[in-house]
Amino acid sequence: MSGTGGNTAPLVKGRDLSVRRQGRWILEGVDIDISPGEIVTIIGPNGAGKSTLAKVALGLIAPDRGAVERRGGLSVGYVPQRVSVDASLPMTVERLMRLTRPAKPQAIEAALAETGVAHLAKAPVQRLSGGEFQRVLLARALVAQPQLLVLDEPVQNVDVAGAEALYGLIAGIRDRHGCGVLLISHDLNVVMATADKVLFLHNHLCCAGTPEEVANHHHYISLFGPRPLHPHSAGQSAA
Amino acid sequence: MFDDFLIRALAAGIGTALIAGPLGCFVLWRRMAYFGDTMSHSALLGVGLGFLAGFAPALGVTLVTVAIAALLILLQRSRALPVDTLLGILSHGALSIGLVVVSLMSGLRIDLMAYLFGDVLSVSRGELAALWAGGAVIIATLLLIWRPLLAVTVDEDLARAEGIKAGLVRGLFMLLIALTIALSMRIVGILLITSLLIIPAAAARQVARSPEVMAIGAAIVGVAAAVLGLNGSFLFDTPSGPSIVVVALGLFVLLSLVRMLKHLRPPGRAD
Repeated sequence: MSGTGGNTAPLVKGRDLSVRRQGRWILEGVDIDISPGEIVTIIGPNGAGKSTLAKVALGLIAPDRGAVERRGGLSVGYVPQRVSVDASLPMTVERLMRLTRPAKPQAIEAALAETGVAHLAKAPVQRLSGGEFQRVLLARALVAQPQLLVLDEPVQNVDVAGAEALYGLIAGIRDRHGCGVLLISHDLNVVMATADKVLFLHNHLCCAGTPEEVANHHHYISLFGPRPLHPHSAGQSAA
Repeated sequence: MFDDFLIRALAAGIGTALIAGPLGCFVLWRRMAYFGDTMSHSALLGVGLGFLAGFAPALGVTLVTVAIAALLILLQRSRALPVDTLLGILSHGALSIGLVVVSLMSGLRIDLMAYLFGDVLSVSRGELAALWAGGAVIIATLLLIWRPLLAVTVDEDLARAEGIKAGLVRGLFMLLIALTIALSMRIVGILLITSLLIIPAAAARQVARSPEVMAIGAAIVGVAAAVLGLNGSFLFDTPSGPSIVVVALGLFVLLSLVRMLKHLRPPGRAD
């Protein structure tokens, strides 16, 4: 069930996606397509509806308007924004890898090695650092070789160098597995360099296109200022 | 061999412990200790209404505890009051209504103490059979939903995104707790059922390194508490339910000490 099997039809196709909460549209009229092998990145300020859009795309939230189609039998690997395993639940990294689906020991080992945390296999998840836990969660999402990988703010609690490494890793994963990737971030610099398609969200879709197109768009410039499109450039102090 | 009331009591205590241990782990992980307490406190009302309607007590209890759980979930959604306040209102309200209803039914002679604190010595063969048959169904169902329930417990969005029917799994779990209360209230009593759910699980947590080991450990601790507690109860003529809980508490303290000693070891050999 891994890979794309030559089928290039979109994994997810959403049209006019809108969500209303407390009398306010927190998401309005957004179109989104995610194709196999494509990294689609949602950026935007806090409260822009980024996580909401991802949850609508995944079917976790029903849109108040619009419709989303997912490919039949779509397998998903999801890394939510915040996961916390209760201290009362004894759980090693290895065990967490089999949380939603069974997995063979070799597959677990390979996924942990791919994200660089194979040495933590026996560790209780509550003892991991923020960066280690993110890598473990990424490995967990990967282990069943899903067709679509959804990552909500995967570089939280990770320092700048770690963030770059993690994005490099995500791009590498896409190249090797051929899965579609939906990525949410406010971490603009690094994201721009890895994405195929960027959706700039501010409750509605401000602009969408290649990273270059979005970076040069006046909405983007007015919110974040002009910035060079290079991952190693200084200035992480946006917002 | 089940003619002997002593043997029957042991079989009932062991049966209850085997169900309550693994199920109690989820009560712990999902932070539902007071939720379970509220459900069990409504059990007396179920007994009373069951008699009025001509149901078996176990059926009345299952229906009422499930209804209370559903009501609690609905009230939580409105968010008008804090959850602990809601739990307090429903828990004590249901218990009091139950006591009033039972006392109003003049024709009914219920041994109230037996329902509140358990009377394992008066367990009949029929009740014992129902406990073990029902227990087998509960454990089989828990095994069936083990993986999805654990995934929902860790993160509901994650579980749903990866294809798990979270609502169904949570509903089944609630039903299992209601059934457990209905089947085991005669053993430890409705006031102490929650302790049999959470104390063995908490004791097993001290030494377990995986969810599965913790569930089995909780069953073992529960069985040990039932056997030792019942023997102590015969020996010293103490009430059976509280005796079981006291032993469970002792095992919890013991295993907590074991864990503390492990952590006091010199560094350099983690675990």
